[in-house]
Amino acid sequence: MTAPVTVTGPTTRSAVRAVGLGKRYGSRWALRDCTFDLPAGSVTALVGQNGAGKSTLLHLAVGLTEPTAGRVEILGSSARRQPRDVLPRLGFVAQDHALEPRFRVADMLEVGRRLNPRWDAALAREHLARLGIPLGQRVGGLSGGQRAQVALTMALAKRPEILVLDEPAAALDPLARRELLRMLMGAAADTGLTVLLSSHVISDLERVCDHLVILAAGEVRLTGPTDEVVAAHRLLSGPRTEPTAVARMHHVVSENHTDRQTTLLVRSTRHVYDSRWRVDEIGLEEIVLGYLSQTAPGKDVTE
Amino acid sequence: MIQFRLDSRSGVPTYMQLVLQVRQAVRLGVLRPGDQLPTVKEVVETLAINPNTVLKAYRQLDGEGLVEGRRGQGTYVTQGIAATTAADDGSLREELLSWVRRAQGAGLDEEDIDALVASVTREAFTGRVA
Repeated sequence: MTAPVTVTGPTTRSAVRAVGLGKRYGSRWALRDCTFDLPAGSVTALVGQNGAGKSTLLHLAVGLTEPTAGRVEILGSSARRQPRDVLPRLGFVAQDHALEPRFRVADMLEVGRRLNPRWDAALAREHLARLGIPLGQRVGGLSGGQRAQVALTMALAKRPEILVLDEPAAALDPLARRELLRMLMGAAADTGLTVLLSSHVISDLERVCDHLVILAAGEVRLTGPTDEVVAAHRLLSGPRTEPTAVARMHHVVSENHTDRQTTLLVRSTRHVYDSRWRVDEIGLEEIVLGYLSQTAPGKDVTE
Repeated sequence: MIQFRLDSRSGVPTYMQLVLQVRQAVRLGVLRPGDQLPTVKEVVETLAINPNTVLKAYRQLDGEGLVEGRRGQGTYVTQGIAATTAADDGSLREELLSWVRRAQGAGLDEEDIDALVASVTREAFTGRVA
């Protein structure tokens, strides 16, 4: 069992809170002992490899599955137990988009209008016009990027307070991915929308997200605001050695050795006194990779 | 109005890149007192970045007294940055040029010189050898 590391606690109203959350399928825990707290108005990336438990976690959050252990709340209530409190304020974009390929785009909007009392038809039409997606087009004839845009438009037209997206950009080319993130960030700027998105692509998350949850093998390895996460990590490189001395002063997240050299990702802001180590700052992407490449969970004490 | 751009490989945090570009634009006179900065939404939609990042950059510039947020109207440049007279008369530039020529003479190529300058600058400002 891992002690999940929280770099700092949120100070504002909570939008998503998980406490000891777990899900077991048969004898296998898909997700175990997850605890984190995401403030309202934040944009959070849930990162991890395929099979790390990201979809399971999102499905638990939006109430599609029942937890085996612990609980998860959206805007203070459980989506499963108090759906009337949560569902009208929640948008969810599933990985497969749940669009009917035989429907025209206009038909999808009509479905949205009938299912959602707060539906904003003008916003939906304006978004699609700006993207140049014709309302008469059948969903099955749209490109992957356009389908993702229609799915996001449908979720935004609900006027949600929180939007949960499962791998929104996984199947998109870089340009379509950028377009989608633009639209998403524009919506966040407009309404103060809270966003929780899962992704196994981490290259441009740094510009989009202000909070991070790193998931590996069904456990939360790290959570916190991205700028504090970046500030709390350093890369040490030096001659080949066992990191025992360093580990006494600093938490070693991952280590890499060649014949001559040792490279350590450490979580610590303390000074490194041993001058054999070269100390470098490290970007978010490399930090995430460091946690994902951990073989054993980082058992440790929060500094 | 200025247009922000981002260098994702620079290692400089996104909000700080925005701060530096505003300072630079003000220093060069591209932005003058009374000019408006792009709205948060404009920046966000151009760069596909987190709105909180833009807010953080604007708050920092506001704290420095360089810009001022006017409720419901936008963010405006309040003052110029006086470039140092030394840089104006070019003596610092000349000294640097002669140093670069010396470095070239000693066999350093452009990349070596960049790395050395970056390392010394960082050491001078943070007191840390990187």
